[in-house]
Amino acid sequence: MTTLDREQQVLDRIDRARRRRPKVREERITMSHGAGGKATHTLIEAVFLDAFRNPLLAPLEDSACLSVDGARLALTTDSYVVSPLFFPGGTIGDLAVNGTVNDLSVAGATPLYLTAGFILEEGFPVADLLRVVASMRDAAAAASVQIVTGDTKVVQKGKADGCYINTAGVGVLSDAVSLGVAHAQPGDAIIVSGPIGDHGVTIMLARGELDIEADVVSDTAALNGLVSGLLSAVPSTRALRDATRGGVATILNEIATAAGVGVLVSESDIPVRPEVRGASELLGIDPMYVACEGRLVAVVPADCASLALTALRSHRLGAESAVIGHVTADQPGLVQLRTAFGGTRIVDLLIGDPLPRIC
Amino acid sequence: MRFVDEFRDAEKARALAAKIAGLCEPGRQYKLMEVCGGHTHTIYKHGIEDYLPESISLVHGPGCPVCVIPMGRVDDAMHLAADPDVIMTSFGDMMRVPGSTGSFFDAKARGTDIRMVYSPLDSLKIARQNPDKKIVFMAIGFETTAPSTAMTVLRAQAQGLTNFSVFCNHVTIIPAIKAILDSPDLRLDGFLGPGHVSTVIGCRPYEFIARNYCKPVVVAGFEPLDILQSIYLLMLQLAQGRAEVENQYGRVVPWDGNLVALRAIGQTMELRPYFEWRGLGFISHSALKMRSSFERFDAERLFSVPGVRVADPKACQCGEVLKGVLKPWECKVFGTACTPETPIGTCMVSPEGACAAYYNYGRMNRQRVPVTIERSRP
Repeated sequence: MTTLDREQQVLDRIDRARRRRPKVREERITMSHGAGGKATHTLIEAVFLDAFRNPLLAPLEDSACLSVDGARLALTTDSYVVSPLFFPGGTIGDLAVNGTVNDLSVAGATPLYLTAGFILEEGFPVADLLRVVASMRDAAAAASVQIVTGDTKVVQKGKADGCYINTAGVGVLSDAVSLGVAHAQPGDAIIVSGPIGDHGVTIMLARGELDIEADVVSDTAALNGLVSGLLSAVPSTRALRDATRGGVATILNEIATAAGVGVLVSESDIPVRPEVRGASELLGIDPMYVACEGRLVAVVPADCASLALTALRSHRLGAESAVIGHVTADQPGLVQLRTAFGGTRIVDLLIGDPLPRIC
Repeated sequence: MRFVDEFRDAEKARALAAKIAGLCEPGRQYKLMEVCGGHTHTIYKHGIEDYLPESISLVHGPGCPVCVIPMGRVDDAMHLAADPDVIMTSFGDMMRVPGSTGSFFDAKARGTDIRMVYSPLDSLKIARQNPDKKIVFMAIGFETTAPSTAMTVLRAQAQGLTNFSVFCNHVTIIPAIKAILDSPDLRLDGFLGPGHVSTVIGCRPYEFIARNYCKPVVVAGFEPLDILQSIYLLMLQLAQGRAEVENQYGRVVPWDGNLVALRAIGQTMELRPYFEWRGLGFISHSALKMRSSFERFDAERLFSVPGVRVADPKACQCGEVLKGVLKPWECKVFGTACTPETPIGTCMVSPEGACAAYYNYGRMNRQRVPVTIERSRP
C-alpha cells in the first residue's frame, strides 16, 4: 500500500468519526459552547435537539416554519449579550431587532411582530436603557416590524452584565418559498452580500483591550428588504443564511453537511475590507470566522447567479455582493478554499472562541 | 493590502515552484524540516505543499511553544491558578492544552480565574487593578517571547509591583535542534530556520548545523513566498553540494540578532540545568528560569509548585510527530480520538501544532498546482 493510500484510509476513518452522533464530553459549559463553532453544534445536537426532537426543529434552520390553519408562519428567537452595549455602528438594541428580523428574513418570511425580554442588572443606568430602547424603536421602524409584547426581569448586581435582551419574532411565509441549506446542489453558486467580518472586528476593537484602532463600524442592518428583492428576482433561490456567530465559514460548513455536498470558495473573491483584514492579520484570526450582523450568504442555481447578483447589488445593503464559490459533487461534507496564493486548504468549523460575546 | 499581498503572489509562486522542481535530482527524495510551528501553520494555511514536487517532503519540527510543554508543567500551572488569591494570565494558545485534570478552559468553567492576554504587559495592568490578588503570568515560548517576558519583569520592578510573578517555561531552540540532529531515527536534508526566534538570536547559533552536521540552513520568513523562496535556496545549496547558513528573512532578522533583547533575557533569566520537553524528554540547558536576583518575580519560588512529572497518555505520539518521525496522520489516534476539539496531545492544540494545522487545513486529497519544470545548471 502506498503512502497516499494509507493517508486516504486515515482520512476516511476521520470522516466516519466526524459523522458519529455528537456527545458533550465537558462536565461544564465553556465559552466555546457559545462561539457558534463545533462545540455549539455539538451542544445543540446532543442536548437540545436530543431532548426536544420534532420535525419542525430538526432542520436546525434560523427559523422554524409552521403551518397554522393553512397559514405558513416563521418563528424564531435569539438572545443578545454583546459587550460593550454601545459600539460604532449600533447598540445591543439594534442587534436585538435586526438579528431576529434577519433570522425570519433568511427563512424567506416577511417579518411582522417581535417580542422583547430584558434582563437588567441592579444599578444599570436608566439613561443607557433609554438609549437601548430608542435604538430598538428606530430599528423596528426601519425594518417595518412592531414590538408587541415583552418582559422585564432585574437581577442583583454582579449577576448579569448591565443588560441582556431576548427577542422572538414571527413572520409570514408565502406558499412559494422553501429555503434550506439541505437544498444546495452541485453547480450552485454561493454569494455573499458584502464585505465580511465588520461586526466582529468592530466589537473586538470597541472593547479597547487591544490598543488597535481601525476605521470600522458594525454592519448591523435588517435584511428583509434585500431578501425580498432577491427572492422576487430569483424565486429558485435554494438557501439563505445570515452570517452571524461563526461567520461565513460556519455557514459554508452547514451547507456542505446538510446537503451532503462539497463547497469550493476562492479567497480572492471573498470581499473583506482592508481594515478588517489588517486587524485580523494582526490578531491571528480569520475573517471567514468573524461575525457579520447585516450580511447574508445565498445559494442559487448556477444559471441564476448573475440575476441574483444584479438583484442584490441594486439594494443599498447588497451593493458589494460577490460570488465567492460554488457547490461541488466531490469530497462531500468538506469546504475547500483556493487560497490567493494558489494553494488549497480546508475551511472547517470554528474550534474554541477567539471572540466571546459579540452579539 | 500592502506588505502582505506582495508576499502572496501566485505568479511568483509558480515561477519559484518551476525552479524548485528543476533542482530535484531524479530518483532522490528530499526531507526538509521547518523548525518553527509558525511555518507549519503558514504552509498549511496557504496550501504551499501544492507547489512542491512529490520528491520533496516537509517535516514539521519542534518549534511550537505550546506543543513542547510537558503535561507536568500544565498541571503545575493549574495548581498555581487554583489558589483563590491568584489570577493566572496566559496566551490564548495555552487555554486548551490538556493537563491531567482538563484544560485552562475547563478550570475557568469551574471558577478558576484565568485570563487570556495578548501581551505579558497586560498582566501588569491586571496587577495594578487587583492589588489584593497575586497575578501569575504563565510564560511560554522560545527566544521569540522570552524578551517580552523579560521586559515585563523589568517594568514590574521599575513600577515597584509586588503582586506580579512569572511561571517561567521559556525554552531555547538550539538544544532541541541538536537533539533532533542526534536522534538516530531521522534523516533530514536541510532546515528552514525559525524566523522569529532568529530575530532575537540571529543566524550565528545555527552555524554548527552546517559545520558539524553538513546540513544547509535557511532562516525563513513567514509569508508563503518567503517559505517557497527558502525551500528554493535550500534546494540550490543541496544541488551545489553546499551546507551553509543563509538568511532569507533579511528584512527582519539581523545576522547577529537583537542585542537589546538578548541582554534583557540575560539580565532576568538564566539557563536551567535541564528541562523536560514533551515527546523529546529531558534536554540539558534547554530552558530558562528567573535569575535569583529576580526571585521575587519567580512564581516557582513564591508558591509551592508540585513539580511532578506526568507521563503523556499512552496513545499519544506527539513526541514522534515533534521529531518529524511520524507525519500527523500517521499517529494512531489522529483525527478520531484526538481532534482539535478534544485534543489528547499538544500538537493538536496550538494553531502552530503540526497535527492541528494538518487537521484544520490539510485533511483532504491534495491537487498539485501544475508547474513547468525549469532546469538551470546549478
